[in-house]
Amino acid sequence: MRRSSTSRRLAAVLAAAGLVAVAGCGNSATTNEADQGAGTGPCGTNQKTTVTVGLFGTFGFKEAGLWDAYHKRCPNITIKEDDVEQSADYWTRLKTRLASGSGLDDVQGIEIGFVADVVQNHADQFVNWNKVPNAAADKAEFFDWKWQLASTPDGNTTVGLGTDIGPEAICYRKDLLAKAGLPSDPQTLASKWSTWQDFIDFGKQYEASSAKQAGSHFVDSAASVFSTAVYQGKEAYDDQQGQPDVEHSDGVQNAWKYATEAAQAHITAGLQQFSPSWNKAFSSGAFATLACPTWMMGYIQGQAGDAGSGKWDIAPVLPGGATNWGGSWLGVPNAAQHKAAAIALVEWLSAKEQQVTMWQKGGHFPSNSQAAADPAVANAKSAYFSNAPVGQIFGDIAKKMQIPPIGLYDTQIQQAFTTQLTNVETKGTSPDQAKSDALDAIKQVTG
Amino acid sequence: MAVAAPAGPASQAARRRRRLPGGRAGYAYVLPFFAVFAAFSVYPWLDTLWVSLHDVRLTTYDQMSWIGLDNYRDLLGNKFFWNAFANTLTIGIISTVPQLCLALGIAHLLNYKLRGRTFFRVAILMPYATSLAAATVIFLELFDPKLGLVNWTLHLAHLPEIDWQGSKWPAQVAVSAIVTWRWTGYNALIYLAGMQAIDSALYEAAAIDGAGRWAQFRYVTVPGLRPTILFTIVVSTIGAAQLFGEPLLYHNGLPDGGTQNQYQTLGLLMYQQGWANDRLGLASATAWSMFLIIVVAVGVNMWLARRRVRRS
Repeated sequence: MRRSSTSRRLAAVLAAAGLVAVAGCGNSATTNEADQGAGTGPCGTNQKTTVTVGLFGTFGFKEAGLWDAYHKRCPNITIKEDDVEQSADYWTRLKTRLASGSGLDDVQGIEIGFVADVVQNHADQFVNWNKVPNAAADKAEFFDWKWQLASTPDGNTTVGLGTDIGPEAICYRKDLLAKAGLPSDPQTLASKWSTWQDFIDFGKQYEASSAKQAGSHFVDSAASVFSTAVYQGKEAYDDQQGQPDVEHSDGVQNAWKYATEAAQAHITAGLQQFSPSWNKAFSSGAFATLACPTWMMGYIQGQAGDAGSGKWDIAPVLPGGATNWGGSWLGVPNAAQHKAAAIALVEWLSAKEQQVTMWQKGGHFPSNSQAAADPAVANAKSAYFSNAPVGQIFGDIAKKMQIPPIGLYDTQIQQAFTTQLTNVETKGTSPDQAKSDALDAIKQVTG
Repeated sequence: MAVAAPAGPASQAARRRRRLPGGRAGYAYVLPFFAVFAAFSVYPWLDTLWVSLHDVRLTTYDQMSWIGLDNYRDLLGNKFFWNAFANTLTIGIISTVPQLCLALGIAHLLNYKLRGRTFFRVAILMPYATSLAAATVIFLELFDPKLGLVNWTLHLAHLPEIDWQGSKWPAQVAVSAIVTWRWTGYNALIYLAGMQAIDSALYEAAAIDGAGRWAQFRYVTVPGLRPTILFTIVVSTIGAAQLFGEPLLYHNGLPDGGTQNQYQTLGLLMYQQGWANDRLGLASATAWSMFLIIVVAVGVNMWLARRRVRRS
């Protein structure tokens, strides 16, 4: 008897809870989720909501304290990160989820390596920021090319809002250059490194110096030269329609010429970028310079550690002209469970103030041009890099950047070229042979 | 011990067993396995076969186009496929043959009464229990061309240093060393179990006939282990044909198997085609080709092993 009455009471409680839950769902469905653009208030919803954010590598929102800041602003919103270490693995997982239409996070990070694929093949699966009133109004704040890369060619659909960009300069070990008896102040180097040919000739002087640190080389890898120079062309790996075309690309032709010259002149350390031996070389001093997008500053500090502080500096120049390496966007899938809340979060994250915070706390350079012009960014100096005026250096380069069209297979194509450059550097493979091997490997990708 | 049971009761028992309802219940007991097997093995096999007949990428999975056997035709003339095939074969031989011979020898030694026998038996299994990633990282350090212990030792001995990553054969030997290190103990333990099932009276009889340890090993142990050896050959062949993790990690997680694909195996190539290059159709064709290659390789190995053992 007693047992049954207890269970009946329990059932009643459960039913009541169920009703509340159902009411909750109904409420959110009618008032918030249906109206995807504006949502309810600045947080997109008044309901208690957990927004999932799918990211790769280190976006650094959490580290910069932005999740906590957002939770203070919107106490009903809790943010849960769904992280994958490697962007390639992340992209495979995102593709699988887009194909099946399930398991998508409310916010998905989109990297420059696959943004073209998202635009070409999945634009209809993401919220179009041109149709979101607040975002569309902020369009002019973003660097033009940043907005374009995430948009369809007609400009009607935009799949993501920009987070950071990677304007490039040259980072160098001033102690190593000085030891080799060469100039080491940034202004002199900027005038001596304005073209790749100048840069390579300077490197030959470094190698010829009898005073240089034994076993060290001028630049980390031929890939450093190649992957930068290729994006200085009118075309990089794709034609103006975004279709892969390496044979007729001026970028590839020039980049290959300079990179193989650097390799054959033995001014490179012959290390594969991001390999363990490359990482170690930051502290051992196996190379004196490398192509240096803004985010590389953090990478250098991580690898070289405190001992490297004050040894590094940044030259306010990129041989061959200003260009970009890396950067990301945030998109909201149409299948997201909490679309309105996700849209509100992405708008907030890509707004000027938060981009300034991301620069101050994590060294992520703003894709929002007003944030880049903000004194907190523009006047920034880096103590680690010998007090280099990094805000001004990268800000100037960001303003001048020309970005060629990007395509579906840029990442794989670049990998094929840089792999073969390693063979030229370390195994003495002839540039012609290496190029034909690279083209064979690229054919395997493009089909 | 009943040697020959009368015919009557035996056939009666058989009939009774056939009538038992337990026969049908048995299917229910094995059903969970076969349900999982169907969902996670049979269905993926058939789906892979279907995908291999199409031109398809993961990013445009809804736009499959039927191309019949073109992917297989592509593989037949594809230098990356044949390179990976040859590498799989050579790395398979360099890793499996020493591995099984070593395992047999170690098991034979551990089968004798030794002091600290349990310690050694546990110790040989440690590599197998080590995570592959951790092991490969250690081997990468050992074989580092500039700072590695192996080249340092060669240098001390006034031998030429070797590029254990860039040069083809040294790199294959290094990858094989990881495989051998990891699996020798496992195989030794299986051999040891097989050896302990051999009647010790046979060894005593052999000893009385004047057979030394080597003769005992050849004429008692090896024939007694025949089924065990066959098992390890089959398992090792399959493992070698599917070799993936070691060569992947040996090139810092890149699926190209070295800058000149010098140690890219079929498993790596399939992964590169499918996930790095996003060509699922071609990768599926490679998967099915691998399956056929494994069936043939296991068949050939078993035939060879049977013939050898039978002759001896």
